[in-house]
Amino acid sequence: MYLYPKWVRLWHVINAFLIIVLIITGISMQYTDRENAAYLMGFSRAVKWHNISASFLVANYVFFILGNAITGNGRYYKLPLKNLISDIMTQFRYYAYGKFRGEKHPFPVNTERKFNPLQRFTYVLAMYVAFPLLIISGFGLLFPETVINRFFGVSGLILTDILHISMGFCLSIFLVVHIYTCTLGAKTFSHFRSIITGYQEPDEQ
Amino acid sequence: MRKWFGYILIATVLVFGNSVLAIVPFPGITGRAIQQDTTGYVSPFRDQNERCFKCHGQSKYEYSNENLGLTVKALMCSERIVDRNQFYSSNHKSFSCTDCHSEGYAEFPHPGELRMEQKFNCLDCHGGDPAYEKYQFEEIDSEYRQSTHFKLEKEGFSCWKCHNPHYYKLNIRDNKNISEAVIYDNNLCLNCHANFKNFQLLTDAMEINIVREHNWLPNQSSHFKSVRCIECHAKANDTLLVAHLIKPKEEAVRGCNECHSKNSILMSSLYKHLSKEERKSNGFVNAVMLNQSYVIGANRNEYLNLISLIIFGLVLLAIAVHIIFRIKSSIKAKGGDNVSVS
Repeated sequence: MYLYPKWVRLWHVINAFLIIVLIITGISMQYTDRENAAYLMGFSRAVKWHNISASFLVANYVFFILGNAITGNGRYYKLPLKNLISDIMTQFRYYAYGKFRGEKHPFPVNTERKFNPLQRFTYVLAMYVAFPLLIISGFGLLFPETVINRFFGVSGLILTDILHISMGFCLSIFLVVHIYTCTLGAKTFSHFRSIITGYQEPDEQ
Repeated sequence: MRKWFGYILIATVLVFGNSVLAIVPFPGITGRAIQQDTTGYVSPFRDQNERCFKCHGQSKYEYSNENLGLTVKALMCSERIVDRNQFYSSNHKSFSCTDCHSEGYAEFPHPGELRMEQKFNCLDCHGGDPAYEKYQFEEIDSEYRQSTHFKLEKEGFSCWKCHNPHYYKLNIRDNKNISEAVIYDNNLCLNCHANFKNFQLLTDAMEINIVREHNWLPNQSSHFKSVRCIECHAKANDTLLVAHLIKPKEEAVRGCNECHSKNSILMSSLYKHLSKEERKSNGFVNAVMLNQSYVIGANRNEYLNLISLIIFGLVLLAIAVHIIFRIKSSIKAKGGDNVSVS
């Protein structure tokens, strides 16, 4: 079935590339050292590419939000509050236990349900909570004069930074888990093929 | 009660102060001081100093020319003006003017040869004095003599070119507000390096455009507000609180990671004094920087680092375990298929 239109695939590949660049340059900046100037890359180069990638990421995020609003793809990101927790737990149980026992997929993918409840929940958290916080805090670090000096007696910049690196870390963990869970399709590389071709094979039944 | 006492005190000082000006003038000098002392500090030499401030405390003074029988108004040369309030807020506030300047200045008109008098420098008073040992004047002097300022302008340069003896006050040692300390210290440099009138007194070099010279520096204004010029332009000294060995331009720090790193040079310069009190509190490396500014790469929270490593490790472990179960499950399924086939 055709699940991923061209614009989603384009957004996804750009997002993936930029996130990887941002993680590498971010780690490089955070853990730079005087003796070991190029931890992953030199500090000034890391700052330059982090800023450039972040600018493109913001543009790409706007593209994603507009695309969701215009095409109706946004409906896949609406969280039904009814049975939310129980559905998530059912999906989690399937991944942790049922899958190895040969149980049927509790929420098979179809054109009306592109994501299972666990996927939907984590994607909403990543795209609508972590991303905006990451972008806002990143803006604060790029333009430090916009950050309030003190917040309850603590430097506004350090709070902004902690928020930024925490969100960056959460999205890094999301990236690792996302890549792994993408191997849990009908076949190991089914999902990877889908995001390239747009066509998704039915889940293992 | 206190409020009334305050009013009475202020009124007394104002009335008494004005009457002092009226009764202890230089011979031939009339007029009143334009600027009033607002520091609240009462110098033991206040009255004596006021005889100098009466002319040298503002831009305009007047005197009586007895030969012509005229009262003459004149402008005071800007280099000879000393701001009372700044003087009485400085480290030298308890001094009498004639502690450093000749007693001959008590005469008016001042004898011309006094202009040629040798001025004191820091070591003349502070050198070899155990009371000032902690300020390490000898070490400062040694650094200064190796600095590019001394090498380029041996004749013209002295302590006073940077540290105005009338206004000097301890800065970084006494100031917990790093931003204020940065502004104060950078103004010492900018007084010449951003003011060609002063700069050309010491060198024939071309005028410097500080902003253009630092165009290569990312987030220039943030750097200018957050760190002192000497962070990059002076050689850090482990023992001195403030480095005085100003390096030639070519040797200035240009590597970002000199400051933006765990072992940032800022810890041995700008934050040296405060860091002794606040080092590594709350799990933050270079914690002293946290409440004053934020330096990417230099502020790291050791607890957050540990927690993030643990979380990352647990995620990888969970994935590894999941992979193992998947493989086992797959082998089992294939085994089952084989059995059924066979």
